[in-house]
Amino acid sequence: MSREPIYLEVPLSKGGVEPLRTGDVVRLSGLLYAARDATHARIAEAIDKGEPLPFDPEGQVVYFTGPAPARPGHALGPAGPTTASRMDSYSPLLIERGLRGMVGKGLRSQEVRDAMRQHGCVYFGAVEGTAALLARRVKEAEIVAYEDLGAEAVRRLLVEEFPVVVINDMYGGDLYLEGRERWRRKVGEV
Amino acid sequence: MREVRVEDVTQAVSDLCIEANTRLPAGHLRALREGLEREESPLGREVIERLLENAEVAERECIAFCQDTGYAVFFAEVGTEVRFVGGELAEAIDEGVRRGYDEGYLRKSIVRSPIERTNTGDNTPAIVYYDLVPGDGLKLTMLVKGAGCDNMSALRMLTPAEGLTEMKRFVVETIERAGPNASPPLTVGVGIGGPFEKAAQLAKKALTRPSGEPNPDPELARIEEELLEEINATGIGPAGYGGRVTALAVHVESFPTHIAAFPVAVNLDCHSHRTASAEL
Repeated sequence: MSREPIYLEVPLSKGGVEPLRTGDVVRLSGLLYAARDATHARIAEAIDKGEPLPFDPEGQVVYFTGPAPARPGHALGPAGPTTASRMDSYSPLLIERGLRGMVGKGLRSQEVRDAMRQHGCVYFGAVEGTAALLARRVKEAEIVAYEDLGAEAVRRLLVEEFPVVVINDMYGGDLYLEGRERWRRKVGEV
Repeated sequence: MREVRVEDVTQAVSDLCIEANTRLPAGHLRALREGLEREESPLGREVIERLLENAEVAERECIAFCQDTGYAVFFAEVGTEVRFVGGELAEAIDEGVRRGYDEGYLRKSIVRSPIERTNTGDNTPAIVYYDLVPGDGLKLTMLVKGAGCDNMSALRMLTPAEGLTEMKRFVVETIERAGPNASPPLTVGVGIGGPFEKAAQLAKKALTRPSGEPNPDPELARIEEELLEEINATGIGPAGYGGRVTALAVHVESFPTHIAAFPVAVNLDCHSHRTASAEL
């Protein structure tokens, strides 16, 4: 794993995510699409009905977040990642359609990790309690669909060096498992 | 009887909402700094450093340090010699939440019903637990409760035979299961005793105790220490990336219970641990 940050431009190609490994520190620049629970439910419904999607997932990275309101002069209010597992039942639908990355926090299901391996997608972790810092990496924010969902509307974010870590790479690596095993000890053991 | 104007309650609640969401409590900041000294994992250290930096930026710019500005939970200690004038106490608290979440640029995260999920639009209703106490004081303690960590909380009705050993196992198991989802380093609230709902309420109230302040009961204080050591041996670490610091504090609260019961509730709070209190 690389401790020196790897700088990536989004949209990403499959070849762009292939070199990434669990534990790599990455800075994302370019586009992120903010979407969370209600947004994903609606996207799944649109897929089911054969209706157009709010954005083409090919090459894109989804950020699981619902920002707080922005103070005047800020592009976006505080926006840390929310728990990704709530999107587990929906994520494979986007991964099958070329989604290359997801930014969130917390464990993903086996189905999601299988889809990532099969289609070439990476799951990045961000730190929720750094929401104010993360918002500073967002230079522009625009609601592109589902405005009625408020904090859950689809937002297109232009980000600069957005700090993330690779949790699940395309090869079955899992930082949450590997990190825990590396640092687990017996009580009383120094 | 002392008269308290409900408008003053509303203003105090509004101020608490903004303060709690933009300024980490001193005890929690201290616990984070001490955690940074103990943490050996490079990624774990990086996470704690960024959390501290985020807290500085949030306070300086008066913005929320986490976008999930949560449920507005209040523990109200109401003196029996207080009379409220100008309106109802519960409405005054809701009005304060409405005002604070609007003026503080805080996210409105409450939906009308778990089934029909329309946002109430102003983060009300507040969740208020009232305690009648002697005297003419009024104390409001706010806990901003994010959902990510609340979702990973758990309650179990143990038997007296299972006892303390099983209680401790259940607390650690709850944290193992939560893993990264609850956004560690955690503050862990544990409630034991009472009937079913009392344990849950105690677990929540335990989170409002200043970070790391031990329970005055030496037996419970010892259990808190032992649990903290076991939790930090799990290796989950800051943000779940692996490390020594999975929890910053464990607070246990106990209440009498039934001869047939040993309820235990575990309420987790994430690294954005938010409390504030005011007296009127």
